[in-house]
Amino acid sequence: MSFLSYLINGISLGSVYAIIALGYTMVYGIAKMLNFAHGDVIMVGGYACLMLVLNLNANPFVAVLAAIVVCTVLGIVIESVAYRPLRNAASPLAVLITAIGVSYLLQNIVLLIFGSNPKSFQTVVPIPDLKLADGALTITGEAIATILCSVIIMIVLTLFINKTKAGQAMLAVAEDKGAAQLMGINVNGTIALTFAIGSGLAAVAGVLLCSSYPSLTPYTGSMPGIKAFVAAVFGGIGSIPGAMIGGILLGVIEILGKAYISSQLADAIVFAVLIIVLLVKPTGLLGKQIQEKV
Amino acid sequence: MMNKMTKKTKSNLITYLIVIAAFVIVQAMVSTGHISSLFKGLLVPICVYVILALSLNLVVGISGELSLGHAGFMCVGAFASALFTKCTSDAITATPIRFTLAILIGAAMAALFGLLIGIPVLRLKGDYLAIVTLAFGEIIKNVVNAFYIGKDSHGFHFTMKDQFSLGMEPDGQVLLNGPQGITGVTKDSSFLIGVILILITLFIVLNLIDSRDGRAIQAIRDNRIAASTVGISITKYKLMAFTISAALAGAAGALYSHNLATLQASKFNFNTSILVLVFVVLGGIGNMRGSIIAAVLLTVLPELLRGLADLRMLIYAIILIVMMLFNWAPKALEWRERYLGRIFNKSAKEGK
Repeated sequence: MSFLSYLINGISLGSVYAIIALGYTMVYGIAKMLNFAHGDVIMVGGYACLMLVLNLNANPFVAVLAAIVVCTVLGIVIESVAYRPLRNAASPLAVLITAIGVSYLLQNIVLLIFGSNPKSFQTVVPIPDLKLADGALTITGEAIATILCSVIIMIVLTLFINKTKAGQAMLAVAEDKGAAQLMGINVNGTIALTFAIGSGLAAVAGVLLCSSYPSLTPYTGSMPGIKAFVAAVFGGIGSIPGAMIGGILLGVIEILGKAYISSQLADAIVFAVLIIVLLVKPTGLLGKQIQEKV
Repeated sequence: MMNKMTKKTKSNLITYLIVIAAFVIVQAMVSTGHISSLFKGLLVPICVYVILALSLNLVVGISGELSLGHAGFMCVGAFASALFTKCTSDAITATPIRFTLAILIGAAMAALFGLLIGIPVLRLKGDYLAIVTLAFGEIIKNVVNAFYIGKDSHGFHFTMKDQFSLGMEPDGQVLLNGPQGITGVTKDSSFLIGVILILITLFIVLNLIDSRDGRAIQAIRDNRIAASTVGISITKYKLMAFTISAALAGAAGALYSHNLATLQASKFNFNTSILVLVFVVLGGIGNMRGSIIAAVLLTVLPELLRGLADLRMLIYAIILIVMMLFNWAPKALEWRERYLGRIFNKSAKEGK
């Protein structure tokens, strides 16, 4: 029974990673940049939701929606101010370092406003805990909500990309920016939309993460951000089902590693599995193998 | 051709002279008491970061691979050298000899790790390579964090559980105490040794760049397929750059660990790797003199801003973003060329 409950915890944590990784993978696919500030957008989402619930006594549902709006706007602003000017820079590293600067900036703004003390987050999930097998196995409401959310988000996102015009434009821009522009696609708008969606997803992930692990500091987002990035690479960066599978596998490995091997070495195990996967499949589990031409 | 060579040698000489001149000026200021104790404490860390920036620039700038796990090699060098010093502090009493050996051992261990990690990692490309170096950096940090080493009359004891499961005699001494790290390493590092190490690092890196091997490494960076068709072994040269870089980072780690009362693995995290990468990119990718200047400025900057207390890191972040935009955005470069004319013309072109 304890194995089952660890497994469910792992899937729940993995679903959060998956939601973050979906945002990561979309942004990477289209802008070809590692957005190190993505993890900090998660943290901003958590704070936005918490402040609305605490100070304005807002309905949790409204607070989550408001957090999504805040993060979406934040994502668009970051993209247009910090990343867009560097899109055609000589080295791809320039935008990477700028992303790190944005990450420091967000952390320190939040640090100035709210201080470094951890804030305890109140869960916004209205689902009661589910007790199975005469109480031997408890599935928390947060776990159910997280898993449900991630599945819904994945389905909606897949439909959006494959069935709508905006989604097809994203695929086109990801494939070839110049050609997409010639076909009359608004490249800047499409990239901004991708950042908006990615950041909105980050807000959802932030609220869900803080509901399960209710301690919020300005640095809450950085480690899940890195882990989600690992998850995106794990599944094959640019692939939506890949990000989902990568995220869930990562969460399960982390929780099982913590439970059965060593709590200190759990992260090391996660990264070791990543390395092994990449050595066997250099572009991740579901990544496309691109043949290099002379 | 001859003229070009002398120009390059001249440029290298200027770089050495800048380092020596900076050393002389700072030493003069220290002896006349014109420097605060706060800055005196920064002198060795500045040397550490300069060496790290130079060694990372070898991988990022010359070999053209993005490495996000440089702190891992620094960690290996720091712990290996600190353990050596703790074990031999009674046997070898001459500090210069012991510290030199410690630095060499730190560098050798880091080089070994660089080689072992490099063999699988360098088969990958681009961002996949970056993420795997990040992963290795985190693994090294986590494993060192969970490691316990003790020494008693029976020899060494190792465990990964806790300090009591070392199973030592009562007279045993815990050398490496898991997350608490290593305490009581003698403070052998000094500004002079740091500057000497910087000069040695510069000598190694600059000579490598101009050597036959260095040109092969740069050829692979510029066009991998073309390089392999003319018979350059890609694995060999990539591995060479990666291993030398790891060794230099290990030496920096040794300098770092002999400057601290307690050495903990948690210090060598992802943020440290990123910090060094910031020095490299801000100083100019592939430009060694730029790396030195950026490492010095960005290490001193947070201390200069200390008066602003809480706003310090905020301003640091804003300066970082603005400098990146100013240095790299195509529009900003155009603007610079138009309004600032010749002053920045050269650097703008070099940036491209």
